[in-house]
Amino acid sequence: MAILLVLFIPRAASDPSFFVQILVYGLANGAIYALIALGYTMVYGIIELINFAHGDIFTLGAFVSLPLIGAFGLTEGQSGSLGLYAALLVIAIIVMLILGGVNVLIERIAYRPLRHAPRLAPLITAVGMSFILEGLMYIWRGANNIHYPDFLPAGRISLGGSASIGYKDLIVIALAVVFVIVLTTFINRSKLGKAMRATAQDQDAAQLMGIDINRTIAATFFIGAILAGAGGIIFGLYFNTVRFDLGFQAGLFAFTAAVFGGIGNIQGAAIGGLFIGLVKAYSDGYFTSQLTDVWIFSILILVLVFRPTGLLGMRVPEK
Amino acid sequence: MSTAQRPNKPRLADLTSGWDDRDLIIYRLLLLFAIVFPFGATFLTGGSGGALINTAADAGVYVLLAIGLNIVVGYAGLLDLGYAAFFAIGAYTVGMFSSGQLYGSPLHHEIHLPFWLLLFVGMFAAAGFGALLGAPTLRLRGDYLAIVTLGFGEIVPRIFRYLGPGSVLGNWTGGVNGIAGIDPPSLPFGISGPWENGAAFGFLPRFDFIDPLAFYILMVILVVLCVIAANNLYRSRLGRAWMAVREDEVAAAATGVNTVAIKLLAFAIGASFSGFAGTYYGAKLSLVSSENFAFVVSVTVLIMVVLGGMGNIPGVIIGALGIYYVLFNLLTNLPDLAVNAANSIGLGFLNTSKGDWIGLHDEVQRLNFLVFGLILVLVMLLRPQGLLPSRVREQELAKGISEEAVFDLREES
Repeated sequence: MAILLVLFIPRAASDPSFFVQILVYGLANGAIYALIALGYTMVYGIIELINFAHGDIFTLGAFVSLPLIGAFGLTEGQSGSLGLYAALLVIAIIVMLILGGVNVLIERIAYRPLRHAPRLAPLITAVGMSFILEGLMYIWRGANNIHYPDFLPAGRISLGGSASIGYKDLIVIALAVVFVIVLTTFINRSKLGKAMRATAQDQDAAQLMGIDINRTIAATFFIGAILAGAGGIIFGLYFNTVRFDLGFQAGLFAFTAAVFGGIGNIQGAAIGGLFIGLVKAYSDGYFTSQLTDVWIFSILILVLVFRPTGLLGMRVPEK
Repeated sequence: MSTAQRPNKPRLADLTSGWDDRDLIIYRLLLLFAIVFPFGATFLTGGSGGALINTAADAGVYVLLAIGLNIVVGYAGLLDLGYAAFFAIGAYTVGMFSSGQLYGSPLHHEIHLPFWLLLFVGMFAAAGFGALLGAPTLRLRGDYLAIVTLGFGEIVPRIFRYLGPGSVLGNWTGGVNGIAGIDPPSLPFGISGPWENGAAFGFLPRFDFIDPLAFYILMVILVVLCVIAANNLYRSRLGRAWMAVREDEVAAAATGVNTVAIKLLAFAIGASFSGFAGTYYGAKLSLVSSENFAFVVSVTVLIMVVLGGMGNIPGVIIGALGIYYVLFNLLTNLPDLAVNAANSIGLGFLNTSKGDWIGLHDEVQRLNFLVFGLILVLVMLLRPQGLLPSRVREQELAKGISEEAVFDLREES
C-alpha cells in the first residue's frame, strides 16, 4: 500500500489536471455508491441483515424509470428546458414510490416471517430475492446493455489546465449531498427517525416504549428503496447504459462503503461511498482496472482489522 | 469421547440395528445410492451413462464444499461468504504444479507433481491461507467476519486472474484464460492391471482417469473420507468447543475454551476441505479459470448448507445434491423440456420467436434466475431451520420459539 502511494504521488504531481479530472469522476461515481450504501446501512443498522436484494432495487430504479420516460414523451436531445426537468422529477417521484412499495413488500414476504428464525435464514431469502429481482428484469429486458437516454446538460466548467467538471458531475454530486442532508435531518429530528434509532438500539425496549416495530422497519425499507431508486435513475442519466445485473457489483461496492464508514452510520455510509468511488477512479486511472476490486476489498479488510467498527462507527456492546 | 459412554451406538455397517436413527438411515441410503447409481445410470441409458456419472462426480465437488463449509458455519457458527477463495486456491495449486503452466512463468520449468500429493498440498495451502486470513480477523464480531471473508473471496480470484500474461510479477496463472491441460490423475504408486485395456472386466471397460466412472469412484471415496473426518471432528473435544463458541462465545471463554484458537481451527479446517475439493476439481476438469470461483459459488455452497440443515452432515449432503440438481440439471434442461412439452400438446407455434416473444426455449431460459430465487425464498419460509436440521439445534430452536410465544402473548394483552 505504501509502495503504491510512493509510486502514485510523483505521477499525480507531474500532471495535476489529470489528477483533478479523476477526482471529479471519482466523486460523481462515489456519490452513486453513497446513495446505495445509505440503504444498506439503514437496513443493517435496524435488523442486522445484509440485504443482498438492495443492489437490485437500485437497478430496478433505472429499469422502472425507462418506460415512464417514454410515457411522458421525453426524447433525447431536448435537454435544457424547465419542463423536461419537471417531468424527470415527477418520474423520479413515481419510481421512488413504486420501489418503496416493492421493498416494503419484500420485507413483508421474505424477512418479517423470519425475524425470529436462525440468523442465516433471512440472509438466504435476501439472496433469493436478489435472484428474483434480477430474474424479473432479465425476463423483461434480456441480458443486453440497455441505452438510457441522456438528459443532463453536456457543458463543462474549466478547472484550470485541461481539467474540467461537467454539469453532469455537479448535478450528481449535489443530489447525493442533498439526499444525505435530508436523510440525516430526518433521522435526527423526526419522530419516525427517533423510532428508527430506538429500534436499532434495542427492539424489545423500543416496543415496550410503544413503538410499532413492524411499521418502523417497513419505513426503513421504504426510505432505503427511495434512495436506491434515486441512485438508479441518477446512474442511468450519468452513465447512459444499464443492465439487469448491474446491481450485483454496485451493491457489493456500496455495502463495502457502508461497512467502511461504520455500518449503521448515515454520514459514514456517504463518506464511505465517496471514498470507494475515489479509490476506484484512481486505481482505474493510474494503475490497472484489473486490480481495482483487489484494492477496494483489501482496504476494507485492513479497515476492519484495525478499526472493526469502521471509520465513523461507534463501539456497540455485543448483543 | 470414549465408546464406553455410548455403549449402544448403532454402527453404519451393522444392518440389524439403527433403523430408528434418522441420520444413520440416510447415510445407509446415500451409500446404497452411491453404489447403485453408476450401474443404474449405465443400465437406464443403454450403456451411455457416462454423462450422468460425470455430472454426479461434479456434484460431489459441491458435496465436499458443503461438508467443509458446514464446519465453519454449522459447527462453529462463523459466517463465511468467501468460501470459494479456498476452492480457488486448491484448484490453482493443482493447476500450477501439475501442468506445463509454470514453463511460461519466471521459473521457466514445468512442474508435474502427482495428483495424490497435490490433494494434500492443496488442502494445506488452503488451510494456511485460511489461518492467515483468520488470525487477524477472527476477533471481529460475527457479521464483520462475514464481510472480511466476502472481501477475501472477491480478492483471491481477481489476483489469480491478474497474475497472467502482462502482470508485473510474470505469468503464473494464465490470466483470463486460466490454466488448461492439467495432468489427469493416475493410480498411485504406478499401480496398473488388467482393467486398463478393458478385457478383464467386461462391465468396466476402462479404468483410468479419462473415464467418468473412475472420477466418480474417486469422488465417492473422498466424500466418505470427508464425512468420517467431519463426523469425528463433531464428536471430538474440538467439536464440542466449536458448539460452545457458537452458542455463547462469552460463556465458552469463561469455561476455559480458547475461543480465538478454536475459531481459527474451524476456519482453517473448513478451508482445507475446500482446498481438497478444489484440487480434485482442477484435476478432473483439467482446466482452472478464475471465472469458476466467483461470489456466486460461495453463496451457492452457503445455500446448500443452510437449506440442507446447518450442522447436520446428512442434511448438508442432501442440500448439496438437491441444489446441484436444481441448478445444473433441472434449470439447464428446463428450456428443452418446455419445448418438447409444447410440441407434444400442439402448442409448437410457441417455439418460434415472433415480435417480442423470443421463442419458448429462450423465454424459459430467462426464467432460471426467477425460479431459483423462488425456490430459495419458499424453502426458507417453509423450513427456516433447513430440510434436515441437526436434532440438537432443532430442540434449541423449538425452545426458542416457545419463549418467543410467551413474549408475544404478553404484548397483545
